Amino acid sequence: MEDCLAKKMEITVSEAEKRTGRNAMNIQETYTAYLIETRAVESQSEGQCAPVDSLWRRYSEFELLRNYLLVTYPHIVVPPLPEKRADFVWHKLSADNMDPDFVERRRIGLENFLLRVASHPVLCQDKIFYSFLTQEGGWKEMVNETGFQLKADSRLKALNATFRVKNPDKRFTELKHYSDELQSVISHLLRVRARVADRLYGVYKVHGNYGRVFSEWSAIEKEMGDGLQSAGHHMDVYAASIDDILEEEEHYADQLKEYLFYAEALRAVCRKHELMQYDLEMAAQDLTSKKQQCEELATGTVRTFSLKGMTSKLFGQESPEQREAKIKVLEEQIQEGEEQLKSKNLEGRDFVKSAWADIERFKEQKNHDLKEALISYAVMQISMCKKGIQVWTNAKECFSKM
Amino acid sequence: QDLSLPNGTPVDTSSPASSSSLLNRLQLDDDLDGETRDLFVTVDDPKKHVCTMETYITYRVTTKTTRAEFDLPEYSVRRRYQDFDWLRNKLEESQPTHLIPPLPEKFVVKGVVDRFSEEFVETRRKALDKFLKRITDHPVLSFNEHFNVFLTAKDLNAYKKQGMALLSKVGESVKYVTGGYKLRSRPLEFAAIGEYLETFSLKLGTIDRIAQRIIKEQLEYLVELREYGPVYSTWGGLEVELSEPLEGVSACIGNCCTALEELSEDMTEDFLPVLREYILYSESMKNVLKKRDQVQAEYEAKLEAVALRKEDRQKVPADVEKCQDQVECFNADLKADMERWQNNKRQDFRQLLMGMADKNIQYYEK
Repeated sequence: MEDCLAKKMEITVSEAEKRTGRNAMNIQETYTAYLIETRAVESQSEGQCAPVDSLWRRYSEFELLRNYLLVTYPHIVVPPLPEKRADFVWHKLSADNMDPDFVERRRIGLENFLLRVASHPVLCQDKIFYSFLTQEGGWKEMVNETGFQLKADSRLKALNATFRVKNPDKRFTELKHYSDELQSVISHLLRVRARVADRLYGVYKVHGNYGRVFSEWSAIEKEMGDGLQSAGHHMDVYAASIDDILEEEEHYADQLKEYLFYAEALRAVCRKHELMQYDLEMAAQDLTSKKQQCEELATGTVRTFSLKGMTSKLFGQESPEQREAKIKVLEEQIQEGEEQLKSKNLEGRDFVKSAWADIERFKEQKNHDLKEALISYAVMQISMCKKGIQVWTNAKECFSKM
Repeated sequence: QDLSLPNGTPVDTSSPASSSSLLNRLQLDDDLDGETRDLFVTVDDPKKHVCTMETYITYRVTTKTTRAEFDLPEYSVRRRYQDFDWLRNKLEESQPTHLIPPLPEKFVVKGVVDRFSEEFVETRRKALDKFLKRITDHPVLSFNEHFNVFLTAKDLNAYKKQGMALLSKVGESVKYVTGGYKLRSRPLEFAAIGEYLETFSLKLGTIDRIAQRIIKEQLEYLVELREYGPVYSTWGGLEVELSEPLEGVSACIGNCCTALEELSEDMTEDFLPVLREYILYSESMKNVLKKRDQVQAEYEAKLEAVALRKEDRQKVPADVEKCQDQVECFNADLKADMERWQNNKRQDFRQLLMGMADKNIQYYEK
């Protein structure tokens, strides 16, 4: 952890700007660019401020970075990006990508993403990541040169394709199951929360009508007039307060969303493992059958039915030279196969080891973060109630003076 | 001068001074504020009665008094809504110049509400209790003969039949001509009262609608909350370390649901009925004002008639004077009642809105 980049460097995504430019297909488009500012942290100097480096990046570049990390570090639970399009909105929130509130929340999300990567013990050391932060021009080319797209296993893209693994690792199966459940429960939660926010908004806003009526009523009253008028004012305050309250709640929703997407990253690691296991089993199977073939040829016994065996029986056997040649080829293949199997096994074990280490790290991070998120949510709720108490106490006072 | 207060005290209404003395007397009663009250009435203990023809509810009306008009110091009788309705009509007939408090609505507004449900019966009981208490507090109405019978008679139906058979006495009813006379000029103060009542009942109507809307929105919010809480619980089931805090959140949301339910119930049971009551009050007040207008119109018309006819001096003056008296009495009574009504209303609303504020505060504290 001491080597992690986040300790050495201050990273912020400080601004967002609307831009127009030409995209890859030479079509004019509007997009938002984000300013990334970095500054080296001098550990022993006080009052000395290192110069700030900055460059602009757009969302698609962040996506590119993340895809690169996903492929290059398949055993790591890679931090997610903030959502591409506004989802789980309740009626007042805009679903427009250009909406300033959305852009602002995305800016925060992107900063969070960079900080997460920078504080990850493995990811922070990646050179491409470092240049993403520091090198304005030519970064895209650099990434593409790594050829990571070729490494990307297209099979992983088919999310629901099943691979029949004979000896699945129970831990990974459980983990995958957990990540599925987590995704489902968090998205349910976010959906209901959006509806709750919507309704709460309605309740508060209708109270604003009280304000108007009290005001009108106070005009015809003598002794009750002042009391009503000021009470009406409090009702207006009450109705207006919901806007801030719900804005704060959006942050909570964003925190949950991060973990919704994290669940997907977790799932990806499990899938990768599944795939590796599958490849391993396939390779082992292939090796076994080749060995068998070899044995059959050598001993002349046909243990398994094969068309070749049948045809050779029917149409005469091959010459000993042909057989020798075949055996030799097979023996070479078997040797290759055994080496491959060995390295695959090693790969597999390494993968499991490092993946599991990162998963443990992730679990701790998740528990810590979510606990904090829940606490801050509770604090928000309490503060909302306190405000409510205050407004109604004030109103009560006004009424008592009537 | 054959006008007298129902309790037998003669009143001199020919000079303005007497009106104000009447006012003073009434206000004096007000200031006593229960310390030397001599009449206490309560409505409680609703019971369902099932008969062959119908099913209905009766309420126990308990009276405690030291007044000479009553034979016994204590009474306990059973009355049903019909009886209250009868009482109100009788009071309107016999004290037409006074404001009679409103009764809760006769018919249930929404067909969905059960006439025999606990909430409905309780709401009605409270309203009936308030009705009788208001009459009890009224220095004139509380001495009304019909009121006395209502509180004391074992068999009210017999009395009712008796009342219908008798011709109405002169002193008991003032005749109204429907729409015959046009009013010359309405005294400013009554015009003002009329305008005030118009706006007042409008505003109350609006508040009623707002309150109902709020309750509706709150209930919809409640529905969503009820789904929200359990999701945290489900999540807690998935987790190990986080399961406790997640369960905690779920439980808290559950508490919020309960508290919200209580708030909505309280608003429906306590706040809305009072609003409606005052709307009804305004309506009956408007009617009284109309009557007042008509009496004044009659008076003016008669005055005109006298001015035209120069003979018949003996007969008409009595007539006119009678009208004049009636009008003056009317005015005075009305003004007195209005004063008291305003005061009461202020207190009622104060309590009401404070109650609403309180409930909201309690909700948030929970």
